Amino acid sequence: MIPPDAKPALAAKARLRFDQTSGGYLLLYPERGLALNATAASILKLCDGELTVDGMVEKLQGEYLDRSAEELRRDVLEFLEEMARRGLVQVPG
Amino acid sequence: MSSAPRPYTLIAELTYACPLHCVYCSNPIDFTRHHDALDEADWRRVLRESEKLGVVQVNFTGGEPLLRSDLEALIAEARSLDLYSNLITSGIPLERERLERFRRLGLDNVQVSIQDARPDESDRIAGREAFHRKLEVARWVKELGFPLTVNTVLHRQNLERIGEVIALAEELHADRLELANTQYLGWAHRNRAALLPTQAQLEGARSVAAAARARLEGRMEVVFVVPDYYAQFPPACMDGWGRRFMVVSPDGLLLPCLLAHTLPGLSFGNVRERSVEELWSSSPGLAAFRGESWMPEPCRSCERRSIDFGGCRCQAFHLTGNAAATDPACSLSPDHQLVEAARSEATGPARELAIFSYRTPRNSRESSR
Repeated sequence: MIPPDAKPALAAKARLRFDQTSGGYLLLYPERGLALNATAASILKLCDGELTVDGMVEKLQGEYLDRSAEELRRDVLEFLEEMARRGLVQVPG
Repeated sequence: MSSAPRPYTLIAELTYACPLHCVYCSNPIDFTRHHDALDEADWRRVLRESEKLGVVQVNFTGGEPLLRSDLEALIAEARSLDLYSNLITSGIPLERERLERFRRLGLDNVQVSIQDARPDESDRIAGREAFHRKLEVARWVKELGFPLTVNTVLHRQNLERIGEVIALAEELHADRLELANTQYLGWAHRNRAALLPTQAQLEGARSVAAAARARLEGRMEVVFVVPDYYAQFPPACMDGWGRRFMVVSPDGLLLPCLLAHTLPGLSFGNVRERSVEELWSSSPGLAAFRGESWMPEPCRSCERRSIDFGGCRCQAFHLTGNAAATDPACSLSPDHQLVEAARSEATGPARELAIFSYRTPRNSRESSR
């Protein structure tokens, strides 16, 4: 479980890239890539190792007005945990 | 023919020259016939044209890409195009200062090949002393802040030491470990009797790798690639012919895979004469096995045809002499007995004496006369 005060960062091997062809973001890492939907891209852009999960949720609320903080926090944590399992996001501590 | 699929990855084979002589090298047997024909300006143009076509990743490989003195310029070009760049190297010859330069220029990932967890065994496969130097390079990679991929090719002579390989990769703090079983094409096909494992060896290694994958989840990605010879169905070789991967060979051919230019009767254009886009969409060699219209039965009516695309064309040619045959690695192939025969040879009581043919310029010239 990722605690709300954790400061997730993209793993060293992963890099975000805007994709002209699809108009969305790709997460690139050795030999692979993930096509991200808009929410996933917004979350990963905030993974700078400085911002806490709570801080991320706060920022995302401005973007996703139709979702409550609780819903957003749940979505963010679920996504970050999946990314951490894949070794694409690092959660120090 | 403007409906060519989007390529995502460019495999830039900068040279076939290499200080190592690995017995399963993926370069063609006749590599000495192919010369480095692309200069820095050509390669930079290839990178630009590839990116324009949709490519987002580039693998700088060879042979040994470090032998190119313009590698720095190519890394910088890839960075300026926002391509994810991966250096696939033996680590020889490399100085720490040069690696530091690569880091400053924006190289994203370094993959170092290690042939075995034991120095003598590793050097025996590579055909020269290299092991200790490789470990040193792998340590520099991490010290400089790069992500590290360790790649070890597996075969009957090292499968039992897979646990030691995993431990070594952990000790090096690798981010990704590729445990890639040999695929029996080119040099590896020539050395098959010495390399093809038994089913029991493979199963043992597979379970060790699976346990490591679970244990290391989130820390080190562990990839285990099964050899085609022991798969029920062939893998989607290159994710389909001319679909996601583009290879540019040292002599400038635009290819769908590393060995496509060894298949007879196919013509691939050269990036010195035509643009990457033009070749990708209309070279006859790329068109030959794209899509499904070339497929024989049982592929043509098989529900897996959009999963494995009929398997590997080079393997079909190596084993049957016909590049358009169903990959004999497939259990549904009418030629599957060829693979079964090789498998039973691997467990048989009287195996052929397994003496390596090293990937050396001399062996290359002698067999391509």
